Amino acid sequence: MSIEIKTNTVEPIRHTYSNIKRRFGDKPASRYQEASFDIEATTNFHYRPLWDPAHKLNDPTRTVIRMQDWHAVTDPRQFYYGAYVGNRAKMQEAAEHSYSFCDKRGLLTRLPESVQEDLLRLLVPLRHVEMGANMNNSSIAGDAIAGTMTQMHIYQAMDRLGMGQYLSRIALMLDGNTGTALDRSKGYWMDDPLWQPMRRLVEDTLVIKDWFELDLVQNLILDGHLYPLMYQHFEQWLADNNAENVSMLTEFMRDWYKESLRWIDSMLKTVISESPENAEQMQAWLQQWQPRVIEALRPLAEASVGIDALNEVSQQFAMRLKRIGLIQEGAAA
Amino acid sequence: MTVKNKKLNMKDKYQYLTRDMSWEPSYQSKKDIFPHEDFEGIKITDWDKWEDPFRLTMDSYWKYQAEKEKKLYAIFDAFAQNNGHQNITDARYVNALKLFISGISPLEYGAFQGYAKVGRQFSGAGARTACQMQAIDELRHVQTQMHAMSHYNKHFNGLHDASHMHDRVWFLSVPKSFFDDARSAGPFEFLTAISFSFEYVLTNLLFVPFMSGAAYNGDMATVTFGFSAQSDEARHMTLGLEVIKFILEQHEDNVPIVQHWIDKWFWRGFRLLSLVSMMMDYMLPNKVMSWKQAWEVYYEEAGGALFKDLARYGIRPPKYQDVANKAKDHISHQLWSTFYQYGHATNFHTWMPSEDEMAWLSEQYPDTFDQYYRPRFEHWQALQEKDERFYNNTLPQLCQVCQVPTLFTETDDPTTISHRSTEFEGERYHFCSDGCCDIFQYEPEKYVQAWLPVHQIYQGNCEGGDVETVVSKYYHIEIGKDNFEYLGSQDHQRWLALKGKKPLAGNKQDAA
Repeated sequence: MSIEIKTNTVEPIRHTYSNIKRRFGDKPASRYQEASFDIEATTNFHYRPLWDPAHKLNDPTRTVIRMQDWHAVTDPRQFYYGAYVGNRAKMQEAAEHSYSFCDKRGLLTRLPESVQEDLLRLLVPLRHVEMGANMNNSSIAGDAIAGTMTQMHIYQAMDRLGMGQYLSRIALMLDGNTGTALDRSKGYWMDDPLWQPMRRLVEDTLVIKDWFELDLVQNLILDGHLYPLMYQHFEQWLADNNAENVSMLTEFMRDWYKESLRWIDSMLKTVISESPENAEQMQAWLQQWQPRVIEALRPLAEASVGIDALNEVSQQFAMRLKRIGLIQEGAAA
Repeated sequence: MTVKNKKLNMKDKYQYLTRDMSWEPSYQSKKDIFPHEDFEGIKITDWDKWEDPFRLTMDSYWKYQAEKEKKLYAIFDAFAQNNGHQNITDARYVNALKLFISGISPLEYGAFQGYAKVGRQFSGAGARTACQMQAIDELRHVQTQMHAMSHYNKHFNGLHDASHMHDRVWFLSVPKSFFDDARSAGPFEFLTAISFSFEYVLTNLLFVPFMSGAAYNGDMATVTFGFSAQSDEARHMTLGLEVIKFILEQHEDNVPIVQHWIDKWFWRGFRLLSLVSMMMDYMLPNKVMSWKQAWEVYYEEAGGALFKDLARYGIRPPKYQDVANKAKDHISHQLWSTFYQYGHATNFHTWMPSEDEMAWLSEQYPDTFDQYYRPRFEHWQALQEKDERFYNNTLPQLCQVCQVPTLFTETDDPTTISHRSTEFEGERYHFCSDGCCDIFQYEPEKYVQAWLPVHQIYQGNCEGGDVETVVSKYYHIEIGKDNFEYLGSQDHQRWLALKGKKPLAGNKQDAA
């Protein structure tokens, strides 16, 4: 037998906001909808930006990509702020558990010195790539306009900061919270030939002006190769070097990457299907940037998981592109 | 970097977890990566001197914010399920929420966009991180506000199309142009304008009136948002103070530039707050405090101490501060009178204060209310009783800078409008005050671009040849539902029915 409490129902005069009603009809709307659609200013801007007089505020022509309505891009995760932080709070709790477990048992400091050094050389410098990704996504969040678009990119930006911080903590665990390992690791990033093509690529992304090009380069092409290579294949390499325990410290990144595929692929599919011009432009950007990404990753792959792994990543990436509606042309490693 | 073998203290550890992730570029020039740091004339000699205003790593950010959100949404749910809108003091109160959602919430989104932008523009990684966290906080604020108001929107008029109205409705260009001004400025001015002047100096005059107003008037949804946002606001204030100290300490040439921005943004902020003054004094059935008191506590005392503190950097209090201090006796009454007569073109209602409220106003404003404002209200009250409720059918002159109608009066001469005007490149421009006139003369090229709503109506750019068409078609204000007098409005009638009282015939005063 079930018990049902009787409540007093009061007849409303409308079910949702007018902007939501125009899109979805006069019926109760989801939290995601009321938080994400048409909350931005779109017209009658008062002054041109001093830092970019060629454009207005909230100007859709800051990218050459054209959409009738950028709200056509939606988040399959339905993340508004509360749902986002709720989800990440759970993820960080699991990560915290792993980090304190590793720390307490001395699982990293017990590793052979050479392996520790490899971690500082091959893994920890990725925190600088994360910083680049953080900046790029904050930039996109400031340039895109529609609430459905901008919010995904500020979440992405903050995620990247968080992951850079987790990587930093691996070094801090190794050096007993003194920062010396972080200094050494940054030395590799700055000076080791292994990292220079990557550092150059990241610096080059920091001057891309078209925000959708930047989106494609950072969130699709660079991440689409880097994450499978360094957080999936690298796991095997860790195991081969008796450092499998480290992989519990990168679980966050694997979960995060799997989840990020959902909104990125969905966004790209929507933008491609809008028009042949969009598809053509995105294909052109892909052809321009994908070889550079592979070049940037090659030395890292050679020094760790091997070039075959990079080839495999590239092949899998080709399949992903096909699902999205793009074609990979001769970009094998 | 020097080799340290000591365990890191909190401060150094946080720097390792934020700014140490950044590096000196060598494949691209720093200027190309950060092209917006120089044109304002601000000189930064060493970003390493930036003191982190707070030290939150992302894992703790997610954790603490998630806890706050969980509690907040549990209360929103309970509020809706139990029809908490019925527990407010009086339906007149909801008009404050209409002003809030159409005037303030869209600014939260503008702030999100602005901080995301400066969260990229600065070459100091510590400052970028702080700005990005503020960006995502501001996104939180606009979204939780939409959710907090969601239930009110279902039961009251006027809250239904906030961002559409924000872009178009005449009085909403006051907040809109304020934020457009800040966002179209360079990154250091943006921070001085918003983080310092707005979020630090004036925040208590915006946040406290609305949130305490909600608390005093039985609005659990809004006050819960306020409580939940308090710790966010504390972070935002700390950033505001750190920003100003950092810029001032970096180079002596920065001092006059910052002083000019403080003057400008104090005045623009003060003009924007005139909307809040009338809300406090007139729209809250249960009063929290008068505007005059609020200004004395939060500006004259707190602001006074702050600017005393900043004197060591060579900063003096904002120009025309005295004008603002003296205006505290007038502005809420002047604003309410204006909105009362243009209530046919607003998304909220106006009304004449009750006898009790007028008595309170007399008490709060002993030197001005009975002399200047009570007679006006009694006159309008009498007209209303004769079914001749006054609406002004001629659109007002707007100030070129703040875009408030030129309704403000000369200091010490409350019967004379402080109208100013000037010529620029053969065109004439009008202002509400010396404060706005100065701001114009410093950057006329900027302010001549303003989209002044009244002018745009006359230019035929607002989808109508008469005010009624503009209001309904362009503004999406539903005539006879969202606008006009409160007495006899749909909101009023529904409220009386809800409380088991019959709507009264005619325009008799009965708001409870």
